[in-house]
Amino acid sequence: MTKVTSKTASDAGEKGKNRTGAEALVQELVRCGVDHAFGVPGGAAIPIFDALCAEKRIKFVLTRHEQGATHMADGFARASGRPAAVLVTSGPGATNTVTGIMTAMMDSVPMLVVTGQSETAMLGKDAFQEADVFNITMPVVKHSYLVKRAEDIPRVVREAHYIAVSGRPGPVLIDVPVDVGRAEVPGDAGAGVDLPGYHPEAGGGTPVELEQIAAALDKAERPLLLAGHGTVIAGAGAALAALSEKLRAPVATTLLGKGVFPEDHALSVGMVGMHGTAYANRLVTECDLLLVLGARMDDRILGSPASFGAGAFIVHVDVDEAEFGKLVRPDVACRGDARRTLEALLPLVRRRTAGGAWERRVAEAKRKWPLRYAARGGIRPQRVIAELQALVEGRKVILATDVGQHQMWAAQFWRCGNPRRFVTSGGAGTMGFGLPAAIGAQLAHPDALVVALVGDGGFQMTMCELATACVQRLPVKVLVMNNHMLGMVRQLQDLLAGARHSGVELEGNPDFARVAKAYGAFGEHVTRSNDLRSALRRALAWDGPAVVDVETVAGEDVFPMVPPGRPLEEMLLEMPETADGKGGEA
Amino acid sequence: MSATGSGTHILSLYVANRPGTLARIAQTFSRRGFNIESLVVSPAADGKFSRMTISASGEDAVVEQVMRQCAKLVDVVSCHEHDPEGAVGVELALMKVAASGEKRTEVLQITDHFHAKTVDWTERTVMIEATGSTAKLDAMVALLRPFGLKELVRTGKVLMARGEQAT
Repeated sequence: MTKVTSKTASDAGEKGKNRTGAEALVQELVRCGVDHAFGVPGGAAIPIFDALCAEKRIKFVLTRHEQGATHMADGFARASGRPAAVLVTSGPGATNTVTGIMTAMMDSVPMLVVTGQSETAMLGKDAFQEADVFNITMPVVKHSYLVKRAEDIPRVVREAHYIAVSGRPGPVLIDVPVDVGRAEVPGDAGAGVDLPGYHPEAGGGTPVELEQIAAALDKAERPLLLAGHGTVIAGAGAALAALSEKLRAPVATTLLGKGVFPEDHALSVGMVGMHGTAYANRLVTECDLLLVLGARMDDRILGSPASFGAGAFIVHVDVDEAEFGKLVRPDVACRGDARRTLEALLPLVRRRTAGGAWERRVAEAKRKWPLRYAARGGIRPQRVIAELQALVEGRKVILATDVGQHQMWAAQFWRCGNPRRFVTSGGAGTMGFGLPAAIGAQLAHPDALVVALVGDGGFQMTMCELATACVQRLPVKVLVMNNHMLGMVRQLQDLLAGARHSGVELEGNPDFARVAKAYGAFGEHVTRSNDLRSALRRALAWDGPAVVDVETVAGEDVFPMVPPGRPLEEMLLEMPETADGKGGEA
Repeated sequence: MSATGSGTHILSLYVANRPGTLARIAQTFSRRGFNIESLVVSPAADGKFSRMTISASGEDAVVEQVMRQCAKLVDVVSCHEHDPEGAVGVELALMKVAASGEKRTEVLQITDHFHAKTVDWTERTVMIEATGSTAKLDAMVALLRPFGLKELVRTGKVLMARGEQAT
């Protein structure tokens, strides 16, 4: 994954002159293959931003808010598999990154966050814009550094990059006091990685484990494969498809696994869990073997831990041993890289003939409980997704979503045929993620059509990054599902709080089309069903960022739904007549 | 991997001696609602590493999970739980006892019995240093308490695996 760029004169600084800590930092980032950085400067980050001036191999994107910078780096990494850097100043600049770091951590996304810090001598003395960022971020980073000596910078940057991208990826933070950035790095400063406690390399599993899994797969009558983000990270798509076809086993995915298995495949059953497809949830309860690959089986997937896959032999494959038995106790736990495990399993299992009883049951379940929505009565949000899909069929499209109802409709209705083409905040559920993540994804894939599907609530949390899209001339298309409401919360209140709506109505939304125009983007407001397709066409044809604000039906609910904490069997296909508070906790 | 059972667990961690390592480990315990009963950190034979001995009580299955999360930390080289038979575990205690006049003889008898020693004398107090198993120190403290135990400082347990086994 690491791209080592060739050494040039600027790598070692001018002859006879030692480089500063900040120069070393930027140069080492380049050596690690980092070519994009997002951020906002400030007093304590002056040396780092100064060093950027001389380093043309990093494209720096100035954002309007540090949270946006982290989500851009996140979107860049999810879409490309390569980490980007976030460069911010101390104090509030650094604390503004916390949400984005936590978002990346929850979803195992590599990221290098460099924060300026007060002078070493002032640490802990409440200096201007001083915050103890090393400790504030500790629970939400994979690892972090507070660099006290300039000579440590080359080693720290290389370690940080290695940690961020290897094993189960994640964000790594480097806090650099301003005087360390200014100090000279001795010419002989070592850059060797020294991590005696870190062993991220994972093979496919032990021979015993693989034999056990293969035997269980061969014995199973109703095997089901559940693919999570780990299969995307490992590049396991081809091996997953091969195993599924050899076993004639259906493949369900988590939200973050979406796209790793083509969703138009007969054996694809879509997403499992709280808002998963009815057939996927049903088949999880019917299967006799569940092969969970690179998924951590969180509460949104399980329903209730005790009932999940209760009738099945559960095999859990993950690079991270700490996931085994966290919520669900597997019958076989196998520490393995999903691609390597699948490739090792392939020759060990017997090929099954197509059209068996289980495969017929899969097809029947898909026919019996299809995803559906009402066709009439205003613009249905699900239809907006279908219209968009029809218009972009055959193109390289990356859909980035925000968080809420629209995200779940996208997970249900958007058919995704490739990994890294559906960018969404899963574990953290961070509103405001969609637009900046789309900007990052567009920078990673200039040739792709990148669409940010957002709600009116989340959009306004990072809407200022429209300026970034305009300045960078990135043709990101923002599709706003506007129901003037925090719709997912409203739905939960309908179901769990006696339909008493509290704090969910978004009064005073601006005219998003005019906001877009004010930033210099294309903007259009769609209120009538008949205008939807043509407005989308105009936005897609526009050479630059565009916002289409679609007035969608306000009371629409996301179904199927498994009430929080309930078993998958208790999935609801529509709002019950007497929704009340018995459903559990949100 | 038994899901049942709970009790005190003695964990031994071998960690890189770097800033923040202790805080990361403490956070890993506190996030799961664990109360650490004692924690001892000291330099290892190789000064680049430290040895931590942590006593914590909780459900076996949860302890196992916390151990995995600790082992996953970048600066943690290893994290083991040792059963009492396979390891030597001792702690040290300093006890300041109110002991004037004729009471001193009794206090000294108790000190002798536990193979402990006095390390400070004043007119009204005696300070005793004792090492040994947690149970032994608990018993000694119980016997001295009626005399007036003015202060008690215990190191918490340190542990080393027996024989060829690595700690």
